[in-house]
Amino acid sequence: MNSLGFPILSLITFLPLVGVVFIATLRGDDEAVARNARWGALWVSLVVLALAVYLWVVFDPAQPGFQFVEAQPWLSGLGVQYRMGVDGISLFLILLSAFITPIAIVSSWSINKRVREFMVAFLLLDTMTIGMFCAMDFVVFYVFFEAVLLPMYLIIGIWGGERRIYAAVKFFLFTLTGSLLMLLALVWMWRNAGTTDIVTLLHTPIPPQAQTWLFLAFLASFGVKAAVWPLHTWLPDAYGEAPLPGTIMLAAVLSKMGSYGFLRFTVPMLPHASAVAAPLMFTLGVVAVIYVSLVALAQTDMKRMIAYSSVAHMGLIVVGIFTFTVQGIEGALLQMLSHGFVITGLFICAGVLLARGETMTLSKLGGLAVRMPVYATLLMLFALASMGMPGTSGFVGEILVIVGAMKVNFWVSLLSATGMVLGAAYMLVLLRAVLFDKTTRPALDGLKDLSAVEFAMLVPLAMMVLWLGIYPSSFTHIFEAPVSAMVQAHFASLNPSSAVQPVSLAMVTK
Amino acid sequence: MSPLFPTLLPELALGLGGMALLMFGVLAKGNQFITCSLASVALFAVTGVFVLLAPAGVVFDGLLTTTDFTRYADVLVLLGAAAALILSLDYNQREDIARFEFPVLVVMAVLGMIVMISASDMMTLYLGFELQSLALYICAAFARDSLRSTEAGLKYFVLGALASGLLIYGISLVYGFAGTTNFAALAKELNASQGAGYGTVIGVVFVLVGIAFKISAAPFHMWTPDVYEGAPTPVTSLFGTAPKVAAMALLISVMMGPFGHLLNQWQVLIEILSIVSMAIGALGAISQTNIKRLMAYSSIGHMGYALIGLAAGTEAGVQATLVYLAIYIVMSFGVFACIIAMRRKEQAVETIADLAGLSTQKPGYALALAVLLWSMAGIPPLSGFFSKLYVFSAAINAGLDTLAVVGVLTSVMAAYYYLRVIKVMYFDSGSPDFDRAAGGVRLVMLAGALATVFFVFIPGPLVSAAAAAAHALMG
Repeated sequence: MNSLGFPILSLITFLPLVGVVFIATLRGDDEAVARNARWGALWVSLVVLALAVYLWVVFDPAQPGFQFVEAQPWLSGLGVQYRMGVDGISLFLILLSAFITPIAIVSSWSINKRVREFMVAFLLLDTMTIGMFCAMDFVVFYVFFEAVLLPMYLIIGIWGGERRIYAAVKFFLFTLTGSLLMLLALVWMWRNAGTTDIVTLLHTPIPPQAQTWLFLAFLASFGVKAAVWPLHTWLPDAYGEAPLPGTIMLAAVLSKMGSYGFLRFTVPMLPHASAVAAPLMFTLGVVAVIYVSLVALAQTDMKRMIAYSSVAHMGLIVVGIFTFTVQGIEGALLQMLSHGFVITGLFICAGVLLARGETMTLSKLGGLAVRMPVYATLLMLFALASMGMPGTSGFVGEILVIVGAMKVNFWVSLLSATGMVLGAAYMLVLLRAVLFDKTTRPALDGLKDLSAVEFAMLVPLAMMVLWLGIYPSSFTHIFEAPVSAMVQAHFASLNPSSAVQPVSLAMVTK
Repeated sequence: MSPLFPTLLPELALGLGGMALLMFGVLAKGNQFITCSLASVALFAVTGVFVLLAPAGVVFDGLLTTTDFTRYADVLVLLGAAAALILSLDYNQREDIARFEFPVLVVMAVLGMIVMISASDMMTLYLGFELQSLALYICAAFARDSLRSTEAGLKYFVLGALASGLLIYGISLVYGFAGTTNFAALAKELNASQGAGYGTVIGVVFVLVGIAFKISAAPFHMWTPDVYEGAPTPVTSLFGTAPKVAAMALLISVMMGPFGHLLNQWQVLIEILSIVSMAIGALGAISQTNIKRLMAYSSIGHMGYALIGLAAGTEAGVQATLVYLAIYIVMSFGVFACIIAMRRKEQAVETIADLAGLSTQKPGYALALAVLLWSMAGIPPLSGFFSKLYVFSAAINAGLDTLAVVGVLTSVMAAYYYLRVIKVMYFDSGSPDFDRAAGGVRLVMLAGALATVFFVFIPGPLVSAAAAAAHALMG
């Protein structure tokens, strides 16, 4: 049992399942069921958020290892335990997904088709994502990682747009292929280490020649989830066709599952292959940043443009992770958080227009700065954060990644910085087209500014964006210890003879 | 040598009970289908208790052996057969094939399977094998007024007889070259002579082929789609569960027991069977429109996965196969319950397209089928994932990385066709207007789906039972 005296991680993870049971057993006429399902889901997700915040408060940042560890025997015969724990890296991803879920649930308020099923799928998704970030056993991790597919498949397929079936099947098969390859890697590492406990796996050396294969398997899995170019082709379809709340979860939380996988497994467990593959990953990241930014620039649809901007930012995160510097990895982590908030804000801004029956075609929008000033201000803030404007969350992450990259390779850092310029280019195009271009379409005149509910969704996000941009220390001091431990361990395992002593390893083992 | 009475109790109960039911059905007035069926289910339950209580031991001078391994397989067989009988209650009445012979035949088939499982001599093996086969041939053709059912029965009989022929030929070769039919003596003989002569190896291959027919491992799977499609659905559900378990248990006990020392000779054959079955199962199903044929290919694929554990040739591998079988039959009877529930205006429908829009009309039914199919595709956290995890882990630990890689690739292909059914139910619009399913059918459906979902929380009992069974065989 952990220091709190109750299994807080299991509670956070499985609380949404209680909500699922509640919603599934609702009785009454359709109207009442829909209302109760919405409120039930919202309350459950808010309680989860409160617990996650409590977790943040009681978390001890001085300690780089896993905290609040729980262990229960699970698959006998295989020696797999149900193990949960958080460290500074996973803590914020838990917070991120607990924070985004209620917002996404509110944004689904306008869905009227099969509300009960939608809310059940959403709460299941909540359980899966949080459980995945808490998992301290590889099999437990894998179960949550892949189980995300089931609710997401239904969310895209039932509530999606016109080409929803194609998008849902493509999403499912792409991710399934990736995860099954990871399953093979998992079983191989299991044989190698004799256990699936993540802490033990972190300390079990793997022969360098095997690392290459394992690296490729992990890349297939995490790369698809994180939509690393060129494994991103499912993404525009899925983001475009999913209903708005689904898109938010995909972009803000599910893509982080991939980058979290890189940080948790690939870099620390496969140091040799990671070091060898770093140029490859830089190339993929930089290509994503530049090429996808150019593709984004060419989009004529607001939602798709935002979707491509997401791929570009994920490219930057990948670059940051593979610098193996403290700055680069911290930058990547901050960028992961920032991207979660910013992309949610942008998609909700797109949803605001959709809810007013507006089109997503950029050329048909315009002049909203005058008609919807509050909306315009918030959209501007998120767009600036996406460009990496100082004072917003985007800046801190990008500058750290670029500093980290500079330490390793000048060209990588230069090209990533180019990406920021391109990012500014397409975001400014978006802003101009939506907010400023004068159009004389009379239909636009009647548009109302943000409603109270929309305001309530966007303001917390905006506050997080500013907090992260103005005072990032409240976040960085929590993952400083594990990140520097990880970087030290990485170099220690590359040159075992060098003087660098893996001091913090002993602490990680705790 | 153990005392005959308590050790042999399950076989005695089934044999005597089956004959009593036969007499009762013949002598009693009126149609005794329901009475006989319910009595048979009760008989299976009683036999199950006997199986668990009867002491382990060897009887009839080493003809039959009871161990934890046979107990495990016996319970699975009884479970599968009981589920099939419950499914048949309503179906057979509606299809006008409600005759008391049906449950009696099933009881006899189960007796054959239990003898097969406990056999520790080639002669008892063949005896059990034939008893279950003959009873099942009749079951397949039970809807004798239906052209498809008769065809299925005939096809099954002709190919099954061929398989029996190969099996008995293989047994005679083994006997001729090794000089004995007793498993323990064979094991000793094959070990002592440091490998075996060609004659014995050829005999082993024939035995293997004969049994591979019964588990419908490719390339000996030709009969499966036609028989699955043609036979009355409860019979199909029986084919998909009990005989598969019995034949697989037989294969394991023969390969690991008397032929255990020839592992190097037969391992590659099992690997080939496994790879080909997984591939045929995945590719063949893609173009199917009839859901029963789809399930036939799916079962071919699943047998391929189950064989991975046997190919590993280790105790962990046998355990993995046993876990796989248990999880598979539960999913399987769940899916067949869903298929039996596909009736519109008193008419059974069988195409996948008939399911369109099911999720809006009958959400519970659609959810149960979706969960079962996802589990068959091996998506966690459903039980089907864990069965695959066990076999892949056994394969990689035994150094059979190729098998694991092929298994993973075919899983993706198989996921596609399972996903297609789910797509039809959830994303396509339509109104299936299915009749309300009978209580027994809904019960089996619910049991299958719940077991599939909740396995992740309590995997312990099943896994440790399989471990004990594998240990009894290999230890």
